[in-house]
Amino acid sequence: MSILVNKNSKVIVQGFTGKEGSFHASQMIEYGTQVVGGVTPGKSGEFHLDRPVFNTVEDAVKATGADVSIIFVPPAFAADAIMEAADAGVKLIVAITEGIPVNDMIYAKEFIKDRNVRLIGPNCPGLITPDECKVGIMPGFIHRKGRVGIISRSGTLTYEAVNQITQLGYGQSTAVGIGGDPVNGSSHLDIMRLFNEDPDTDGVIMIGEIGGSNEEICAEWVRDNMKKPVVGFIAGQTAPPGRRMGHAGAIISGGKGTAAEKMRVMSACGIEVVKSPADIGIAMVSLLKSKGLVSA
Amino acid sequence: MNLHEYQAKEIIKGFGVPIQEGIVAETVEQAIEGAAKLYPDGPDGKWFIIKAQIHAGGRGKGGGVKLAKSLAQVEEIAGKILGMTLVTPQTGPEGKVVHKVLVAQDMFYPGASEPKEYYLSITLDRERGRDVLIASAEGGMSIEEVAEEHPDKIIRESIDPMLGIQPFQCRKIAFKMGFTGDAFKSAVSFIAKIYKAYKATDCSLIEINPMLKTSDDKIIAVDCKINLDDNALFRHKDYEAMRDILEEAPLEVEASQYNLNYIKLDGNVGCMVNGAGLAMATMDMIQLSGGEPANFLDVGGGASPETVEKGFRIILKDPNVKAILVNIFGGIVRCDRVANGIVEAYKIIGDIQIPIIVRLQGTNAIEAAKIINESGLKVMSAITLEEAANKVKEALA
Repeated sequence: MSILVNKNSKVIVQGFTGKEGSFHASQMIEYGTQVVGGVTPGKSGEFHLDRPVFNTVEDAVKATGADVSIIFVPPAFAADAIMEAADAGVKLIVAITEGIPVNDMIYAKEFIKDRNVRLIGPNCPGLITPDECKVGIMPGFIHRKGRVGIISRSGTLTYEAVNQITQLGYGQSTAVGIGGDPVNGSSHLDIMRLFNEDPDTDGVIMIGEIGGSNEEICAEWVRDNMKKPVVGFIAGQTAPPGRRMGHAGAIISGGKGTAAEKMRVMSACGIEVVKSPADIGIAMVSLLKSKGLVSA
Repeated sequence: MNLHEYQAKEIIKGFGVPIQEGIVAETVEQAIEGAAKLYPDGPDGKWFIIKAQIHAGGRGKGGGVKLAKSLAQVEEIAGKILGMTLVTPQTGPEGKVVHKVLVAQDMFYPGASEPKEYYLSITLDRERGRDVLIASAEGGMSIEEVAEEHPDKIIRESIDPMLGIQPFQCRKIAFKMGFTGDAFKSAVSFIAKIYKAYKATDCSLIEINPMLKTSDDKIIAVDCKINLDDNALFRHKDYEAMRDILEEAPLEVEASQYNLNYIKLDGNVGCMVNGAGLAMATMDMIQLSGGEPANFLDVGGGASPETVEKGFRIILKDPNVKAILVNIFGGIVRCDRVANGIVEAYKIIGDIQIPIIVRLQGTNAIEAAKIINESGLKVMSAITLEEAANKVKEALA
């Protein structure tokens, strides 16, 4: 098991023949992901990386049976690409694109709401089930098959947590980067629910950032429903209020969404909160050991 | 991107929103000239409001908004405000230098009814992924205070993203704000136009405080604050010209020219990191190691020798920096290449007097540490975050 993607997932790439799409598609193929084709409007009939190219996501899904789409389309067209994928009936959309206008995402989110599809991202590194399926831009080799689930709003900070777990001799069931934008497809809570139900996940690391109240909402759910230990870290404890720190979502306003407040709520809800990013891995491992869940 | 009050008012006026008219001035002469032309029937006996134009709220509290009762007073007050360092609750203790003033009409003239101030804003409700309108009959003051002390006086109305704000919603809000008669009709139209402006300009915030009911029942935007969504600026080339780099820290402007995301802070340990989340986490770690972060600097995914060199140069321009921590998680980009870039950049810059700690983790991290250690430079290498934190501690000791 694992969540969202596994060795049976069939992936298409939107923005397949572009620079980013080409590079990361070949990396995914190398990792062992079943990349079954791609979409670039106007290039139907061509082959790229030995895979067929289609004009529309609908054509690609019909021909390949793809159930996952990863999006590398430039920001001005990315929300449209998300809607196209949802309309074509894929089950999971992973939007890597950074810099999509907020208004566009509001429309895209509304469009996919009543369709049977899950969106991860945008502005995210994607997700990976080690040794089975990588749908994203993360370095595959730092991952190791295991039983720790990871949910994070950040890219490189996710790699940091993954790497700590791997270096300690453990591994990940699935690692999911949900992205740092103010309007995104899946929240911490959405992914936390999936890990709670996954028999192959023993514990979860949740990495958050200043801004919004996504982490607090998830923490309250964890308090009432979570059957597994959770370790938490919030980036931005030293960020000054009101300043934009790279991620559009990471803005603290009016005392809400500060790191201190998030950490306080998470602790109060029974999450093991670490102050230093260096302690994420070790905290998870100690917690698993104390619960008798020592198997890697 | 933030806009000045005068720019924001110009934009909403384009959508038919009635505003307090004004003329922007960079010199006292321009202020007097503007004031003389401000009222259609001439300046005699008229009053003027002189407002400092800076990217921060709370200007009135800091002495940046004053009433002038004659052209002579315009001269005197504009002279005082232009060039002053204005300190408000939002500028920080160092304040901001005022380069422009807005000379505006006085809207609090006497008449049949009492003028009254209201509050109106539209912004993104992140939890719901849609826009929300916030209004209150308690305008003119800090809305945070109202929200805290009298949450019942805050009106919230969620807006359907597909349909936009509906007439019944505008009426509902206007009734809840307490408008009646002609003022009610004007308020309904005002609210609808503000929403139209909000959507059409790709704002992340539009705030009218105060929204004024005049003594003759007109509804006017006396102040307006707009934050534009940077991601949508490609659709609004005309707004890009409204950027005022005098409002931004010089080092931040320089960094943005190199596509580096840099924010200057007040600490003593500089840092250069790839990825915004890891950059914030690195700043947190610096504090836990006994230092204070001097900046936020995200060099993005690439971390090429050029970006590393530019990053070093910008950090080194800050005299408070006593040590630099480079924290790169090499995934797609290989650590040995980044290490070579750092050595190269170090040699090009030459004489660096402060200790540098380079933490490279990921692909070829061990080779990278070797390159750093054998470079003969005063650079310490680290592989784990913990090691890096300890070396920052050592460097500050």
